[in-house]
Amino acid sequence: MGTAPKTAAPASGRAATKKELPEHFKAYKHVWVFIEQERGQVHPVSWELMGAGRKLADKLKVDLAAVVIGPEGEATQSAAAESFCYGADLVYMVADNLLADYRNESYTKALTDVVNTYKPEILLLGATTLGRDLAGSVATTLLTGLTADCTELDVDTDGSLAATRPTFGGSLLCTIYTLNYRPQMATVRPRVMPMPERVARPVGRIVSHPLGLVEDDIVTKVLSFLPDRDSAKSNLAYADVVVAGGLGLGSPENFQLVRQLATVIGAEYGCSRPLVQKGWVTSDRQIGQTGKTIRPKLYIAAGISGAIQHRVGVEGADLIVAINTDRNAPIFDFAHMGIVTDAIRLLPALTAAFRARLSPHSRDRIAS
Amino acid sequence: MHIVVCIKQVPDSAQIRVHPVTNTIMRQGVPTIINPYDLFALEAALELRDQFGGEVTVLTMGPPSAEDSLRKALTFGADRAVLLTDRFFAGADTLATTYALATAIRKISTEFGAPDLVFTGKQTIDGDTAQVGPGIAKRLGLLQLTYVAKISALDLEARTIDAERRSEGGVQLLRTRLPCLVTMLEATNQIRRGAMADALRAARAPIVKWSAQEAGVEDISKCGLRGSPTIVKRVFAPAARSEKAALIEVGEQPAEALIDAIFKRQPALETELAALARGY
Repeated sequence: MGTAPKTAAPASGRAATKKELPEHFKAYKHVWVFIEQERGQVHPVSWELMGAGRKLADKLKVDLAAVVIGPEGEATQSAAAESFCYGADLVYMVADNLLADYRNESYTKALTDVVNTYKPEILLLGATTLGRDLAGSVATTLLTGLTADCTELDVDTDGSLAATRPTFGGSLLCTIYTLNYRPQMATVRPRVMPMPERVARPVGRIVSHPLGLVEDDIVTKVLSFLPDRDSAKSNLAYADVVVAGGLGLGSPENFQLVRQLATVIGAEYGCSRPLVQKGWVTSDRQIGQTGKTIRPKLYIAAGISGAIQHRVGVEGADLIVAINTDRNAPIFDFAHMGIVTDAIRLLPALTAAFRARLSPHSRDRIAS
Repeated sequence: MHIVVCIKQVPDSAQIRVHPVTNTIMRQGVPTIINPYDLFALEAALELRDQFGGEVTVLTMGPPSAEDSLRKALTFGADRAVLLTDRFFAGADTLATTYALATAIRKISTEFGAPDLVFTGKQTIDGDTAQVGPGIAKRLGLLQLTYVAKISALDLEARTIDAERRSEGGVQLLRTRLPCLVTMLEATNQIRRGAMADALRAARAPIVKWSAQEAGVEDISKCGLRGSPTIVKRVFAPAARSEKAALIEVGEQPAEALIDAIFKRQPALETELAALARGY
C-alpha cells in the first residue's frame, strides 16, 4: 500500500535565489516543537509533530527540542518527561502558575521570549484553536513567515524548510519557503502526521526560562471553563473506522444511510465540505483540509468525488473504499478499492450485509 | 461605539476549476463572494451596533472589483466602507496583509474615530490560515479573542468585553479590555436580510478608496510580495497513487462482494469491526 510520492524532488529553496541568509539569522539552529497542553492534557498533535520534527532534525543534523509551557507542577513536568520519549534531545520549559489556562498574552510572551533567547531555525505548532491563536501572534511579533496547515514538511539540501499545503481552497498543493527570516514557522493539523512510537527514555536536559509576568500584567481573565460533555465530542479524527457521505447522496435525508452503516460497523461518520456548506451536516463532521484529518484503518467514502482538499484529509487511512457513480471521479485516483455504483442504492445493502456478517450468530444464520 | 469589520472577497470555492493540463486556476467566470466566515463577524458587529449605538465600518483589501463585496456589506446595514487597493499590495502573504490592514485601521481611526472593536471571520475559505486576525491584533496592540462563539457582555463604561471562546476541549469564558479584536466562529448567527432602505443607500453610497500612500503606508517594502517572508515556489496537483483502485464488479450482490474484498485485503478488520459493532 502506501501513497505515491506527492512531490517529486522538493522545489529548490535558497539555491534558486543565490542569496545568503542574513547574518543575524545564522545563529538560528535546531528544530523546535511547541507542546500544547490544555488543562493537564497534552494534545496528541504535539507528539505527531515530534515525529515529523525528529525527521527534519536528523536530516539537518541538529537537535530536536520540545517547548513545554504550562503551570508549575505535575502535568507540566510530565509533559516535559514525555517529550523525551517522543524523541526530544532537550526541553525548553516555561512553568508558571499564571500559565494554568491558555491566554494569548501570557503564552505569546513565553514562546516569543524563548525563541528570541535560544533561536530555533524551525518552529512547529499544532493547527488547533490554541496553536493557531498563538502561532499568528508569535509570527507577527517576530515578523517571520508562518505557513498554516501543512500536509508535508521536508528540508532541502541547503537546509531550507519546504512546507507543502493545499492552496486555492484546496484545489491544488503548493510548497512554501521562508528563506530570509527565522525561525521558519509552520502549523500542522491533528492527524496529518502519523503518531510516532513512544520509546521509554530517561528525562534529559531541561532548560527553564522565566515567564517574567505578574497577574496584573495580563489583561485577559478566564472567568470560567466549561469542558465539553463526552457525548458532545465526536471522536472522528482519531476513529479506527469512518464512513462519510458527499453530494452524491443527492438529498439531506439520504445522509441517514451513512449514519446507519456507521452504527452497524461501529464507525464514526463524516462528510465532505459541500454538505456542511449546504447545511446538511454540522461542521464538526467535516473531513478534509478545513475539517478533520483522519487516519482510520478503514474509510468508506460514499458519493464523494475526492477534491484535493478532501484527499489531504483522508490519505493517511490504511484502506480507502470509494463508492461513486462516476468512474472518472478523482477519488478513484487515491482510493485503494472502489465500486462504480450509486451510493444511495448500495449503502442500505452494505449495512444489511455487514450486519449479517458481523453478528455473533451469523454462522448459525448462514447454516440455517 | 465604532466597530471595524475586516472582510475579504474570495472566489466561490464551489466553482473553482483547475486547468487539467497547466494546473492553474481557471478564474474566468468564477463568481466572487464575501468570505462566508466574515458574514458571522459582520452580523455580530451589526447586532452590537443595534444594541449599543454607533457605527460599523467595513474594510477590505483587494482589487478594485472588491468594491462589490463592500456594497454587499452596506446592503446588510454597514455604515461605511473602505477599500484598500493598490498594485503594491498584490501578492501579500499573511504578514504583509496584516501590515496593510493595520495601517488602514490606524487611518480609519484618525479619519472616523478609534474603533472599540475589530471583527474578522475565523479564517477565509481561500487561504484557510486563520492568521490575519491575530496578526492585525498584534500589530495594533489590541487584545484578541479568537474562535468566539458568543459575546456575552459588553460594558462600554468599564471598557470590558466578555466572550465565550471555543477551545479544543471546551469553552473558555474570557473577560478582556477594549479595544479588542474578535474572530467569530461559524454558525454563531445568521446574516440579516438587509432593509430596503439600506439596499437603496448601498447602491449609491460613496466607497472610501485608499491607495497604499493614502492609507498612510510608510514603508512600501513591507507590502505585497516584497513584504512577504513566505515565498510560494511551486504549485502542483498531487499525483495519482501508483497502484490503481481495485474496482469491484457490480454483480448480483455488490455489497457482499465489496465486504469480501475488504476483508480479503485486511483480514484483521473482520474481528475488529465485530468488536467495534458490539460496542455500540
